[in-house]
Amino acid sequence: MANNRGKKYDAIVIGAGHNGLTNAAFLAKAGLDVLVLEKNEYIGGATVSRELHEGWKYSNCSYVCSLFRPEIYQALDLGRHGLEVIPLQGSTTFMQNGDYFGSYHQPTVRRREIARHSKRDADAAIRFDADLMKWCRLIRGFLLRTPPNPASLKPRDAWEFAYLVKQFYGLSESQIYEFIRFFTMSIAEYLEEYFESDVILAHFSGGSIIGTGLGVYSPGTAYVLLHHAMGDVDGNIGSWGFSRGGMGAIAKSIAASFSSFGGEIRTAAEVRQIRVAGRRAVGVVLVSGEEIDASVVVSNLDAKRTFLGVMDPKDLPEDLLHRAENFKIRGSSGKVNIALDGLPNMTALPQGSPLTRGHMHFTDTLERLERGYDDWKDNRWSADPYVDALIPSQFDPTLAPPGKHMMSVFVQYCPYDVEGGWSDEKRDAFGATVIDQIAQYSPDFKSMILHTEVRTPLELENEVGLTEGNIFQGELTLDQLMFNRPFPGYAQYRGPVKNMYLCSSSTHPGGGVMGAPGANSAREILKDLRRLNTVPADFGDD
Amino acid sequence: MTNSKTIVLVGGGHNGLVCATYLAKGLGPAGYTVQVLEARDQIGGAASTRCFGQDSCKGGFRVSAVAHVLHSLDPQIGRDLNLANAGLDRGPAIETISLGRNGDHLTLSATAVSGNGLSKVDIESYASFKNEFRSYAKALKPLMTNRPPRLKNMDRRDLITLTQLGWALRFGLGANSMLEFLRVGGINIYDVLNEQFDSERLKGAIAADAVIGHHMGPRTPTTVLTYLHRLQGELHSPQTLPPGGMGKVTEALAEAARIAGVHIRTGAKVTRILIRDGSVTGVALDSGERIDTELVVSNADAKTTFLKLVGTQDLDAMFAHRIRKTRTNGTVAKLHLGLKGLPEVNGMSVAQLGQRLLIAPDMGYVEHAFNHAKYGEFSEHPVLEITLPSITDASLTRDGYHVMSVVACFAPYALKTGWDQGREVFADRIVSLLGAYFPGIASQIVARELLTPVDIEAQYNITGGHWHHGELGIDQSFMMRPVHGAAQYDTPVDGLFLCGAAAHPGGGVTGVPGRLAAERILALSR
Amino acid sequence: MVEKDHFRQVLQHSPFHDRIEEHNLIKNWMSWNGYQTARVLDTLSAEYFAIRSGCSVMDLTPMEKYRITGPDSLAFLNRLVARDLSKLKPNRVTYVVWCNDDGKVLDDGTIFHLGDAGYRLCSQHHQLDWLLISSQGFDVEIAEETHEVAALAVQGPTSCAVLRAAGIDGLDQLKPFGIQYTQLLGFEVMVSRTGYTGDLGYEVWTEPRHAVDLWDAIFATKHRGLYDVRVIGLDALEMVRIEAGFIMPGDDFITAETAVRADHDRSPFELGVGWTVNLDKPYFTGKGALIKEKSSAIKRRLVKLVVEGNKPPVDSFLYDAMKGKRIGTIKSQTWSPILKANLAMADIDYINGKAPREIWAEIYYQKELTWHATWARTTVSEKPFWSHPRKSATPPGPY
Repeated sequence: MANNRGKKYDAIVIGAGHNGLTNAAFLAKAGLDVLVLEKNEYIGGATVSRELHEGWKYSNCSYVCSLFRPEIYQALDLGRHGLEVIPLQGSTTFMQNGDYFGSYHQPTVRRREIARHSKRDADAAIRFDADLMKWCRLIRGFLLRTPPNPASLKPRDAWEFAYLVKQFYGLSESQIYEFIRFFTMSIAEYLEEYFESDVILAHFSGGSIIGTGLGVYSPGTAYVLLHHAMGDVDGNIGSWGFSRGGMGAIAKSIAASFSSFGGEIRTAAEVRQIRVAGRRAVGVVLVSGEEIDASVVVSNLDAKRTFLGVMDPKDLPEDLLHRAENFKIRGSSGKVNIALDGLPNMTALPQGSPLTRGHMHFTDTLERLERGYDDWKDNRWSADPYVDALIPSQFDPTLAPPGKHMMSVFVQYCPYDVEGGWSDEKRDAFGATVIDQIAQYSPDFKSMILHTEVRTPLELENEVGLTEGNIFQGELTLDQLMFNRPFPGYAQYRGPVKNMYLCSSSTHPGGGVMGAPGANSAREILKDLRRLNTVPADFGDD
Repeated sequence: MTNSKTIVLVGGGHNGLVCATYLAKGLGPAGYTVQVLEARDQIGGAASTRCFGQDSCKGGFRVSAVAHVLHSLDPQIGRDLNLANAGLDRGPAIETISLGRNGDHLTLSATAVSGNGLSKVDIESYASFKNEFRSYAKALKPLMTNRPPRLKNMDRRDLITLTQLGWALRFGLGANSMLEFLRVGGINIYDVLNEQFDSERLKGAIAADAVIGHHMGPRTPTTVLTYLHRLQGELHSPQTLPPGGMGKVTEALAEAARIAGVHIRTGAKVTRILIRDGSVTGVALDSGERIDTELVVSNADAKTTFLKLVGTQDLDAMFAHRIRKTRTNGTVAKLHLGLKGLPEVNGMSVAQLGQRLLIAPDMGYVEHAFNHAKYGEFSEHPVLEITLPSITDASLTRDGYHVMSVVACFAPYALKTGWDQGREVFADRIVSLLGAYFPGIASQIVARELLTPVDIEAQYNITGGHWHHGELGIDQSFMMRPVHGAAQYDTPVDGLFLCGAAAHPGGGVTGVPGRLAAERILALSR
Repeated sequence: MVEKDHFRQVLQHSPFHDRIEEHNLIKNWMSWNGYQTARVLDTLSAEYFAIRSGCSVMDLTPMEKYRITGPDSLAFLNRLVARDLSKLKPNRVTYVVWCNDDGKVLDDGTIFHLGDAGYRLCSQHHQLDWLLISSQGFDVEIAEETHEVAALAVQGPTSCAVLRAAGIDGLDQLKPFGIQYTQLLGFEVMVSRTGYTGDLGYEVWTEPRHAVDLWDAIFATKHRGLYDVRVIGLDALEMVRIEAGFIMPGDDFITAETAVRADHDRSPFELGVGWTVNLDKPYFTGKGALIKEKSSAIKRRLVKLVVEGNKPPVDSFLYDAMKGKRIGTIKSQTWSPILKANLAMADIDYINGKAPREIWAEIYYQKELTWHATWARTTVSEKPFWSHPRKSATPPGPY
């Protein structure tokens, strides 16, 4: 560990998650002397892969990527720094009647599969895809931009607001209303305007509840679908990718890029507080007591941890404290990582189906999804959980020994405040619920399990530092999006004291392994420092 | 009957009557006659008074049919149409009392709350909360009391409304309140109330106000907006129990209409709006009668208007599809009880019993009640809004008897078991819940009827039996109500206008859609 | 009935597939509507001249087909499409376009009046969702029957003679856009005098189980040494459909349902098929918008351009005069062997409601991997580029 006593950095970034590293890399690329501090002994935050069972590598938080901005990928040269993103092969929803619905990668097969369940829905999917693409196109343009403050009378905000309105006006009048409807509707009701088949409705709804404290019938969830649909792998909109070597490879490649610009990372260096003098951030003090000086301090912690954790309340305006306390960041997801002795047999799938190499879901009606949410509202995990299971070791042999497999299972819903508090028994019972859900569709699944790691929101909070285990670092509801993210008046990455910035998923455009908050924050910092901007603009669509 | 200067209003509910009166006043001098055609034998639609118990009204009970508390009638309409002159009596102002099982009731007025066990902080918070939310409601007024502006291809009126709205938000509220409004505007009442209050009962009562009449629970995003919708009424007048029931209010509206020269016909069911080359040519009645006219204003809900009366053959296909997909399933049932004697509630005076009573002990209770509705079940423990109008209005029944009117949530239109199976079960459930608060009420009941959404649909000609003629989600509000392309009262059919709750700003006995529709017609006829 | 393991075979086979595969010497397949379809089977020019000078056969089975039945069929279809169908008699076919609410074209196709058996709608793209949306309020049944009807396009000057020799009688009196039913080898075939080639030609329809017999009957005429009959692929069809001036949804314009960007969709007037729009008939979807469009200045048109010279104007930009203002692009083009000219469908902007006076194309072309740029003058063709009297002569003359 380098001794930094007496040295003053241009910038310190707290938290070596993908956004912190992205932020640091763009600052370093602009010539700044940047230090990233990470509390854990390993980097990555929620983009992490670790060997928790001998021979198996678990990506134990985030598990797929598609949202990661290609502009950032290109600007930080991540391909040369070791990142490989492999597209996944579709997704499946297993049905209680023994059948399944497969969203195949191959478009002709995908269409015929929808038609197998409903001929009408196969045609409606064309209308749906085109409409979704309209909204993707609009929203994607805002990802690498700083939201304007709608109450501000400053020219910059007015200009940005005008830009927003102009983009909006690229739509026809009826499209504007349709967009507002999309933005404010529930995913279930939105989809019901297109589709009729239960399993197709359920299949397309799943993406809208992942990570949220909302149900498929909650207004605002249609928009969350976009958060999962607007990503792309090599221009295939809505397709998901898996990074070879696990999600940790993303953090590693950004870290390598950062290092190539001369950046420095210290692990096992937990920040206790951001030091403020004369209403300016001047550095940090570590838990060890060590003090490090810096001209700029950037927090990649979520808004709650930043303002209620590493900042002294006396340095904060009162309204901000109040807002931080009321910031909605409820954990709703769990994670189960499973080491398997072989590839489980999914009874419903014909021999040789490519669908085993994609996402697997086990909830085939909207009602089942919504009832899962009702459980969570009452502080219980879903008795019939929505599960997103994946066996990435099929195409990434680095994750498990030959012939063995690694299954990553994301679970919705699992509460942070479980009734009566979490205990080891309850955690195991939660894990058993998830395994039972899968085992119903795979008779040999249980017998293949070699090791299981169950993670409730509590574990996600303790290890990664995500408050309440919320994977988006703050819910993606209308009150916490765009110029409201994380709080009204603080959506432009600048903190309440000078030289202090935010770069986590608590800021616009929010969660998902996207890198955009980190990049946007870097752009604002470089602007304030009057440095050359190293952050790329959106590729643009036309 | 042939007269190109006839204006036909389909539906004699409160909005239809308001619209007709404005039109008669505005176009009467130009030689137009306005006819209101009401399918039922009585005007008023869902805002009427009905009889139940015994064989007839004599010896039976009378009660407001669907809406039973008047809380939002637009005062401008009162002035413009001189309703006082027409005999409008709003009746006594009432407060809301949220019942506790042990006498720990809360009394909520527009600005203050009181009750046993309420903390000082909560009492103060309530005042500031109501103040803040009334200011939001006020800021929304330009939008709520005007024709909803288009967001592209705007005309002058649209621009004025948008400017007024922007001004009210930015300068009426101020920068901080505006930002706060933009934050809470789209979210749920549950989170907002948890930020504000400690008392579960208080939160439950406010949450109930946000969701009654809607297919929403407190945790449903956009319930802040439905609450603000309700507060619109509170801005100008207190809630009241009109003497003689809601039917008296619509009778006054009808009287004002007649004074203005409107012809009102009851028992005149319109079965078809006749169209040629995209323009209205008349209406056909089920009697076979045809009335020629170039201007038809429909007070019916959007599905009835477009899918039944117009028919899809004269509409664009996607427009018709969007109408068909609007969410119009009601979730409220109405229980009417004829009681021998006045029921008693622990710790309440008779005067208190005459207020608007709520059973909504906490937000979890309300949310759980709603959970069932999502799956086509009625609530195991329903949320109730209760009035005993006979306490202040002896005209409703005989001496020694009383009428109880109960709005019960949630009772979904599409009940999985079907309402033929469910009707009495749900009624029993409500009665047994009432029994927990009104001990002995079961033995006082001499008559009862339950109006489910299916009954409201059948008897009052409202698709889905929905109070508001359609959910008030953001996607079905403002410039998207009932659907975009028909949100400014005029429709894709030349000469056909909407004036009912299906149009902006939606339901409630406000008369605002009727007034705004008339303004739109008058502006276009100039 | 689609099986659960349908993923094993991505492209579906039509009932004619085995026969086509025998003729497909270069195995140049592509997907048409999810069916394995030949682009070129042997030599493009031979296939082209089979259509223009002999007899060509193409598998039409992959074309989307819907059957509309029920008492409101006519009312439903008349509300669906822009053309007035009330005059369409039984056993007649007509070309139609249909629009969305904004008057933008969703697709084009043909409607067959099958008498008591209802109507058949053939379309380029999948339309079931739109048909069902449009059917709200009408007493009709709509069934997709793409795979239940096998069809062959038999086109070219000798097509009538070939079909006659194959055993199909009575074609002499069949007028363009007419339908007739015949027995062939004991099963029923329906013949319509329709096609996408702008030449004399027929489309022959039967049940899938008789498909191979139908095919063999037609090709028997060749084996007997009577006529040359040649299977053609989609590439040859593309050449002749441009010569005939037919538009192709997805190539010449983006269908309204799939257009993502505002203003990328097109109305029937803009596509030059305004002649199929009847604004005097009862309401149809998009009528309101089309009436409005008709009364405002013309914004743009899809036009037929003859491009001078022999350099292929692939994806060329178009200008108002040489090096003038850019006014559009070429959407599809072909070299016409029979006219010895470059023909193109082009989307051009009108300026202040007026057509550009002179349109020039900027052409990039390569010779031995070296790229060149050149300018070519173009002329707008109001009529189909190529049309032959035999197309409409009844009875068809000898060849």
